[in-house]
Amino acid sequence: MATAAELNFTRPLHCLRPMLALAALALSGCDSWIERPAGPISSAERIIFLDTLAIMLLIVVPVIIAIIGFAWWFRASNERARHLPHWSFSGRIELVIWSIPALVVLFLGGIAWISAHDLDPGRSLASKRAPLEIDVVALDWKWLFIYPQQGVASVNRLVVPAGVPLRFRLTSATVWNAFWIPKLGSMLYCMYGMAGTLYLQADRPGVYHGLSAMISGDGFATMHFDTQALSDAQFQAWSVSARAAGPALDEPAYRALLKPSSEVSPYSYRSVMPHLFDAIVLQRLPPGPGGASKP
Amino acid sequence: MSTSTDALPPGALPQGGRPVDPSHLGHRNDATAAEREYTGAGAGGPAPKRIVVGYGFWIFILSDVILFATLFATYAVLAGNRAGGPGPHALFDLRNTAEETVLLLFSSFACGMASLAVARRNLLWTQVTLLITGLLGAGFLVLESGEFARMVSRGAGPTHSAFLSAFFTLVGCHGLHVTAGLLWLGTMMAQFWAKGFRQNIRHRFLCFTLFWHALDIIWVGIFSLVYLIGEVLP
Amino acid sequence: MHLLGQLSWQAIPFDEPLPMIAGGVVLLCVVAVLLWVWLKGYVPYLWREWITSVDHKRIGVMYCALALVMLLRGFIDAIMMRTQQAMAFHAAGYLPASHFDQIFSAHGTIMIFFMAMPFMIGLMNLVVPLQLGVRDVAFPTLNSVSFWLTAAGALLVNLSLVIGSFSRTGWLPYPPLSELTYSPDVGVDYYCWAIEISGIGTLITGINFVTTILKLRAPGMHYTRMPMFCWTALASNLLIVAAFPILTVSLALLLLDRYAGFHFFTNLGGGNAMMFMNLIWAWGHPEVYILILPAFGVYSEVVSTFSGKPLFGYRSMVIATMAICLISFMVWLHHFFTMGAGADVNAFFGIASMIIAVPTGVKIFNWLFTMYGGRVRFSAAMLWSLGFMVSFVIGGMTGVMLAEPTADFELHNSLFLVAHFHNVIITGVLFGAFAGYSYWFPKAFGFVLDERLGKWAFWLWFIGFWVAWAPGYVLGLEGMTRRLQHYDVAAWRPWLLVAAVGVLIILAAIIVQVAQLVVSIRTRASRRDLTGDPWNGRNLEWSIASPPPPFNYAVLPHVENQEPYWDMKQRALEAGHLQTPEPAYGPIEMPRNSATGFVCAFFAVVTGFALIWRIWWLVALGLVGAYATFVRFAWRDVEEQVIPADEVARLERANRAARSQALAVLAERVPTP
Repeated sequence: MATAAELNFTRPLHCLRPMLALAALALSGCDSWIERPAGPISSAERIIFLDTLAIMLLIVVPVIIAIIGFAWWFRASNERARHLPHWSFSGRIELVIWSIPALVVLFLGGIAWISAHDLDPGRSLASKRAPLEIDVVALDWKWLFIYPQQGVASVNRLVVPAGVPLRFRLTSATVWNAFWIPKLGSMLYCMYGMAGTLYLQADRPGVYHGLSAMISGDGFATMHFDTQALSDAQFQAWSVSARAAGPALDEPAYRALLKPSSEVSPYSYRSVMPHLFDAIVLQRLPPGPGGASKP
Repeated sequence: MSTSTDALPPGALPQGGRPVDPSHLGHRNDATAAEREYTGAGAGGPAPKRIVVGYGFWIFILSDVILFATLFATYAVLAGNRAGGPGPHALFDLRNTAEETVLLLFSSFACGMASLAVARRNLLWTQVTLLITGLLGAGFLVLESGEFARMVSRGAGPTHSAFLSAFFTLVGCHGLHVTAGLLWLGTMMAQFWAKGFRQNIRHRFLCFTLFWHALDIIWVGIFSLVYLIGEVLP
Repeated sequence: MHLLGQLSWQAIPFDEPLPMIAGGVVLLCVVAVLLWVWLKGYVPYLWREWITSVDHKRIGVMYCALALVMLLRGFIDAIMMRTQQAMAFHAAGYLPASHFDQIFSAHGTIMIFFMAMPFMIGLMNLVVPLQLGVRDVAFPTLNSVSFWLTAAGALLVNLSLVIGSFSRTGWLPYPPLSELTYSPDVGVDYYCWAIEISGIGTLITGINFVTTILKLRAPGMHYTRMPMFCWTALASNLLIVAAFPILTVSLALLLLDRYAGFHFFTNLGGGNAMMFMNLIWAWGHPEVYILILPAFGVYSEVVSTFSGKPLFGYRSMVIATMAICLISFMVWLHHFFTMGAGADVNAFFGIASMIIAVPTGVKIFNWLFTMYGGRVRFSAAMLWSLGFMVSFVIGGMTGVMLAEPTADFELHNSLFLVAHFHNVIITGVLFGAFAGYSYWFPKAFGFVLDERLGKWAFWLWFIGFWVAWAPGYVLGLEGMTRRLQHYDVAAWRPWLLVAAVGVLIILAAIIVQVAQLVVSIRTRASRRDLTGDPWNGRNLEWSIASPPPPFNYAVLPHVENQEPYWDMKQRALEAGHLQTPEPAYGPIEMPRNSATGFVCAFFAVVTGFALIWRIWWLVALGLVGAYATFVRFAWRDVEEQVIPADEVARLERANRAARSQALAVLAERVPTP
């Protein structure tokens, strides 16, 4: 379980966090996970990022000022500065300059340990709702989203209900990709022959940008997709309409999908062959053929 | 003139105006020159050529050990990935491995004899022992290539599974090193014959013996971690 | 079996204007330079004094020259990438994906392997034996082999521009993308063979310098009297010896997959691509410390010289350096937190990565306190160092942020990551290279570079870097991933435009640096360094003439302190004359020149090219040729040349006269303590 409130273990930095977030907002002026995270995972990661930034800035800013200050004050033309031409050792200073970074690292290390466990991608989210299962297959060069509970599939568009935990199983039918919806949270590699588990959740309806974060060939830049978070009713409506129209994702259709193509407009399948994802992971279906040098 | 620097305030200079031990490492101003110089830490000036050559070659051998360590690690990770094909138990012939080991060990022994012959500047015995070293090493390679050929003909070549790729590469890399060693050995024999026991040729021979013995040690690792463990595990 | 393997006229991209024009221009320049050299009669001089030289100073200069040329090549790639991304919003831009992918792959490969590594190795070559007070490195001919093998690798990478194509997988060839199925052309092969060949050269350098630093030092120089640059050189070369075999194996396994159908990392046959990640990053992380440690050494030298004070906290600097050396082998997994190794593993490596920031931070503080109480002179080298200190702490900070696994889950492979490593590599390694270049140029060539242009170059680089890469941090937080040939997110566009402006500022900086070199050479008569000590330096390299005689020291100095030259100067100032009496000059034996390195590298290029294009008979020929070269080298009877005593005396007396003169000048300037 990992809610934003539970990961709020750095109270003293409460005042710094809004300031930093404001700075980030001013800088980017737009919609990113840093200012307006759209889910519990990205919210928690945002806190960790800003806390780490704040602690590090506490050291970095005085150091930068000291560097410029010392260089300027002790410039050769400044007669007023102390001149210590042989001073090159001080035990007290050594103690301080080893201790301060060590203490900071100790603190940040604690955050690393706790948050790595709390925000482990495969860790289920605390929620009253049962998770929605989505199987993700990275292909050359599009995304296939299979909804085993609804019996439909979608290409290059991810439709999800808001407020419901999403349990993604990730794999690739060809080369590695990385499944990433920045506003919702963590990315995870999609690897052939492996099934990675990733939990995310969209807290409110909206459209969120999704992309692949690992170079996968010439069509890589076209592997972006929209994540549409809908209300429960709208999601039900969508899955009903998806079951009503569109082709069937049977084995020939899947093999056709394996052929390299890019800039694929989103569409959906009205039915999916059973255990398709497992067949891909267990290598009962062949991998993508590759070979095409132009998308 | 014995001055302790501990009593001086930081940054101040002792008599003579020159800071001794500015980093508080414990150097004393009153130590004799000899005491100051001898630390056993190479402060006696550049080492003689023989030491430098040997040391450099040891560092090379260290890097080669890391190379083999990487191959061992790869083998360890991939040994279970048989892609439905045969595993070590079905493929390894321990008798063959034992014969290879004997040949290699005796070849190292012959190499040791060659070192003694070189120390005695005896050209005949140098060449004889080096020839024996080479023949035993070549025998090892014959047995190993035979093993590889047999495995390939049984459909268990390196292209069949990750386990086999790792096996062939690890053992094959060692075999390649032995082959290179034999080339080097031939060159050394020719050099001794053509130029005698000149100092730099003896330095190179020292490096060759280090190389040859190191290959022996790697082989011990291979037959333990690959062959013996392969026999024991399912 | 075709006589030329897979090579045919189709390998030359006649239908693609960009590589054809680029290749044509480069070919023209190369031919023009070669013609000019030949017509002016410089070939015998170049052959005798540079190409076959085994002198560490010459080899060091050649390494740095290679690095500077490759900096230009890699930078052109950078300009192309920035302009493409500035243009390619809801548009295709001018670079199709197959080109764009080659360009970012070549950019990273060239900058790391053929710019940053040669630059650092070049500086170490030039300076370490001088600072240790000895005549050359442990294995001078192997040193030449190292350089020429590196150059061979660089040549192969550049050949891919016009014959075939380069890798499209990025600067590290992750499988399965780099396997034959998904990269069927020769690009990945060019990459692998170029790196394997130059990797042999680098490994030999590592062995050479570890042996030199540990076994060849002037009498009296125990470890605690070694200059800081030599300590960092030692740590860096220990890392080379330990890490480069891992790179060699990783790429060899990939090559076996591609050439012989093995199954190390393939999708089928039980291959495990995750193994490649672990292997390549087990090398990759020590590699970045191999790059930064010598730069840290440069900063130690420069900051202490231009503050007029000894380096603060020498002992803890040494401990910090060796700690970095050791811990750098324990952090590699932070390059793939998102591979899903689990919380325990991720947390361990995240914490280890933060721990390595401690000794790095200690170094920054030590440089800070070196300035405290000093008299800081703002030469170009010092400006590079200050620019580094201010910028690197930010790069280090973002590194610690990336070391938090959960933050990395949102930042991995984004432009935040790319900005971080450009931050630490440009302001860390490259600024250090430029500082070392400014600082030691007079020692190598006998005249000082134009300081004014040097300062201009610094400010343009510093501003240009931040304009180019501060947007990168923002873009990463906006959710932009790296290596995108085109994009549709409007929010990213303004930042990419700013970044393009930044790269233009850096272009101006590079133009100023070229101008600085040209102007300085033209006016070198007026900027001669006659004393050998233009900066009032503290270590032994400043005690000999600029440029030094081939044997460096007529008599090896006897070292009694840290900063031995400063010590010598102070004693001479007190006494009013040079302290060491004129020695009894004897003849000096130096290693003879050898064409082994050059010829061996020629065969390496032939073998590499033949392997790439599967021309097997040529591979055999190349290997035989390389072996024959070594046998021929082993067969020579005369290994050394003798510099007669009177020549030694002449050179040394000139040096002593210059130093007496410098002493007089110093005595006027510096009040006696």
